[in-house]
Order: sequence, then C-alpha cells, then structure tokens
Amino acid sequence: MTILIIAEHENNILKPATRSVVSAAKAIGGDVDILVAGENCGTVAEAAAKLEGVKKILSCDSPIYKNYLAENMAALVGSIAKNYSHILAPASTFGKDFMPRVAAMLDVAQVSDVISVVAPDTFVRPIYAGNAMATVKSADKIIVATIRPSSFAKCGEGGSAAIEKIPAAADSGLSTFVKKDETKSERPELTAARIVISGGRGLGSAENFKKLEKIADKLGAAIGASRAAVDAGYVPNDYQVGQTGKIVAPDLYIAIGISGAIQHLAGMKDSKVIVAINKDEAAPIFEIADYGLVGDLFTILPELEKALGI
Amino acid sequence: MKILVAVKRVVDFNVKVRVKTDGTGVETANVKFSMNPFDEIAVEEAVKLKEAGVAKEVVAVSIGPAKAEEVLRQAQAIGADRAILITTDEEIQPLGVAKLLKKIAEEEKPDLIILGKQAIDDDSNQTGQMLAAMLNWGQGTFAFKMKIEGGKAEVTREIDGGLSTVSLKLPAVVTCDLRLNQPRYATLPNIMKARSKPLAKKTLAELGVDTKPRLQIIKVTEPGKRKGGRKVADAAELVDKLKNEAKVL
Repeated sequence: MTILIIAEHENNILKPATRSVVSAAKAIGGDVDILVAGENCGTVAEAAAKLEGVKKILSCDSPIYKNYLAENMAALVGSIAKNYSHILAPASTFGKDFMPRVAAMLDVAQVSDVISVVAPDTFVRPIYAGNAMATVKSADKIIVATIRPSSFAKCGEGGSAAIEKIPAAADSGLSTFVKKDETKSERPELTAARIVISGGRGLGSAENFKKLEKIADKLGAAIGASRAAVDAGYVPNDYQVGQTGKIVAPDLYIAIGISGAIQHLAGMKDSKVIVAINKDEAAPIFEIADYGLVGDLFTILPELEKALGI
Repeated sequence: MKILVAVKRVVDFNVKVRVKTDGTGVETANVKFSMNPFDEIAVEEAVKLKEAGVAKEVVAVSIGPAKAEEVLRQAQAIGADRAILITTDEEIQPLGVAKLLKKIAEEEKPDLIILGKQAIDDDSNQTGQMLAAMLNWGQGTFAFKMKIEGGKAEVTREIDGGLSTVSLKLPAVVTCDLRLNQPRYATLPNIMKARSKPLAKKTLAELGVDTKPRLQIIKVTEPGKRKGGRKVADAAELVDKLKNEAKVL
C-alpha cells in the first residue's frame, strides 16, 4: 500500500493542513509520498521532505501549476494515480476543487471530509452539517479522499525523504487564472489558530466588529464570523465558520453575538473549549458552550478587555 | 445559449435531523423536504442570465423519487423553461449522479451547467467537479460572482484565503456558493404557471448508466454530545475559569 498526498502550499510555504493529512495517512498505514505541484516550489518540496514518515517527494515545478487550476492539477494527479492505493488531500477549498475531478477520471468515488480512519478502506465522515456521522466503506481499487485537517494532529518533522522531479502534464487549456484577492491579515490563519474569536449579527455593524480585534490581538487569536455577519457585510466571506465555510477546532472558541444556527455549530463544535457571549439566554449556542455569559456584548466586551489586562 | 441546472431534493435545512435508532441512516419519514439551497442559487443564476438576454433556455434536471418533481416545479416557478426528472428510488452517489448528468448533457448540449456546490444532506461537494471531468470541460467551483462574455465564463470563487477569479472556455461547469445571489420567492402566479411547463420523465434503466454505489454505508451514528450549558456571572469570572479551570489562556 502506498499513499499519495497532494501538498497544499503557496509556492513558497507548505500549509499546515498537509501535515494533518500525513497523520491521516499514517492511520491508514503504508508508505507515504507527497506530490508538490507549483511554480518555483523548491522550498516547499524541501519542507515536505522533512515531514516525519514520508518516503518520497514528487516535485512538479511548472508555471501551469502556479495557481493550482483544478483541470491541470487533476490531470497531473491522474497521470500518476495508478501507482497508489490512496490519494489524499486536505478538505480545504484547495482539495475540494480538484480531488473529485481526480476521482471521476479514475472512475472511483470520493470520500469527502474524513474525520477518522477505521480501516484502510473504511472512514468516518460527517453528514447533515455534522448532525450525523457516517461510517463508509469504499469498494474502489484506488481510494480518493479529502481529509478534514482539524480532525487530525499535525505530523512532526525529522524525516529526510528523497525528492524526485516529475514532468508536468499538458496544459488543459480549459481555464485560465485571472486574479486572486486575498484577505491580508497579521493574525493567525483561522483553521490553524489555537484560539478563535468569532462574531455574529449581534455585533450590528462592520465598525462594531472591529471591537473584537483588540481581544484577538491580546490572545493571539484568529477572527471568524457567522454566516449572518458575513452576509450582512461586516467581514469578508473567508471569515465564515460553518458547514459551508471553514471548519475549525481550536483549543478555545469564543462566540460573540452568535445565536448558534446548526450550520454554524457544524464548523466549530469540535473546539476543545467553547465560550458564548449572547444577550439571548435561550440562544442554542449556550447548549454547547462550556462557559456561557448572558448579557449585552457591548457592556461585556470592555469588561472582558479589562479582565484580560488590555 | 442553453443552460442546464441540476437540482436535488433534500431534507429542508431547518429540520434538525435525527439518526435512526437502527443506525442505517437519518429519519426521513414525516420530514419536510425542499430544494437544496445551493441548487436554488444555481436556478436563480441561470434564470437571471436568461432575463439578461445571455441565455435562451434554462433546463432543470433532477434525479430522485417521483416526489422530486416538486423541486423541478419550483425551479420552473423561479423561471426554468423545461424540466427533466430521472426517477429512481435507489440511492445514487455523486459519481453516479455525475454520470447521469453527463448523459443528459450529451443529449441537451448545454453551453453551461450550473449546480449547487454541495447538497446539504450528504455534504459531499463532488458532483459538479466530477461532471466537469467526465465532459472534459473547465470548472468554476464555489462561485461568488460570474459573468459570461465573449464565449467565456469569468467566475470569481470563494476560497480559503479570499477570492480567486478564473476564466473558463465554454461549455463549462459552475458550482454556486452562498453569496452568488439571493434566490427570489416564486410568486403564486408563477407557481401555477410552472405546472403547465414541460416536464419529461426518464427512468434510470432507460439511461443505461452504471450508478451502483461505491461507498457502502456501514452505519450512521449520532455525533458525540458536548456537555455545555454552564453559565458564568461576568467577564472576570470567565477569564478566571479560562485560566485556572480550562487552562486555555
């Protein structure tokens, strides 16, 4: 059994999600290879080679992979898939984009959003916004799966895998990259942060949403949001935590002015400790919060700042 | 141009689903079903393109039990011209759905296929991408904004770090994210009118596609329950508990 992992990276930085996928691969068992496809991604290949328990790095350096277009990524993965028993990638927008394409090319099913490995062909994945857990067994020869990074620990370092260069596949010509508008932030990435502080519609405006920043900076936390807050335009879409946004599982999740719709809970209920601050005592968020504080958030936030020594 | 939209009948997003006691799935008897919310966005986008004069015809397709006709009628009430229902009581997984849609696409020859990015029942997020691969078309997933111009679709996508824009050669597949549009409410006259719009029914057998499930569902269980509900009196107590009890600060 040999497992292929598609590394998520930004041409110069290996994303931590990849390390969670390595842990999932170890739970499956067998040799682990990592494909690094990108442009000028040599430093990523070197970083991947240091990951614990990885046998070989396949490095494919070509301008056609610079922006990870799904058509080209899938063609490349498809061209080497036959050598593997499993093909894994993080269940991020990166992996979700091209992995089903790989599965279709191989005429196999995809197991989406794996949160636990039961056996090499059997996995647990959430359905219905995490309100049910399905254990599924694949009948396919090659198993294509996306791994939920927050459900697996990040693998350590200390490996020294060989790096092998592989040729690029042909450019599909089906799509071209136009531009990327990235949200710039000095704060930790939402899905990798140890502490997340999220705001909801209760904050009332984009201005008020900024009130979370001081606390976030003091705690070294990432800032997230409910769908309602994103839809209301308080913050950009990539702040959204939930069934269709980001799935997070930090050590501490602080929900402020968030009522706790099922779809939001699906994105954060695996956090170790949950704090909820809401004026509505009956808000569903309190049912899953380890510590609930009922009251007006505009009174509580300054008090919280004071208690934190800001 | 012609647009094909795929819609799925799912348990309504407001229903709190319950896992069956025998662990075979979730309780679907006496539960409200609706059109998958992401598919509603797909229909709205297609109809908007028709209203803007970009598209000539919008064809909605669904796969499911006879009752899936309801979601097709809803698509027609929003503005789809025609509907195709592939009837089956079997469970069809995304790979099978994509194969069936490919077959329909080969018959209908659309210039654009729009789907929701995921169905809120199985949360797979696969069908659009698989369909694009099978047709060897370009794909624009998790669409936040799109425009059709000069034989191309420019799709701005919601990605983890922000937004990313791609240009796709037509024909292409687009999957919708939440903020692409706000689907309209179908008005009563339009709901009435939809009933007389053409709706063709096909059986699974007629299409001759292998849709056998590849993933066997061994069991479905309740997620682990959190023991929440504890309250603290004020911010000072909260910080104290986080520091000294939970030890996360």
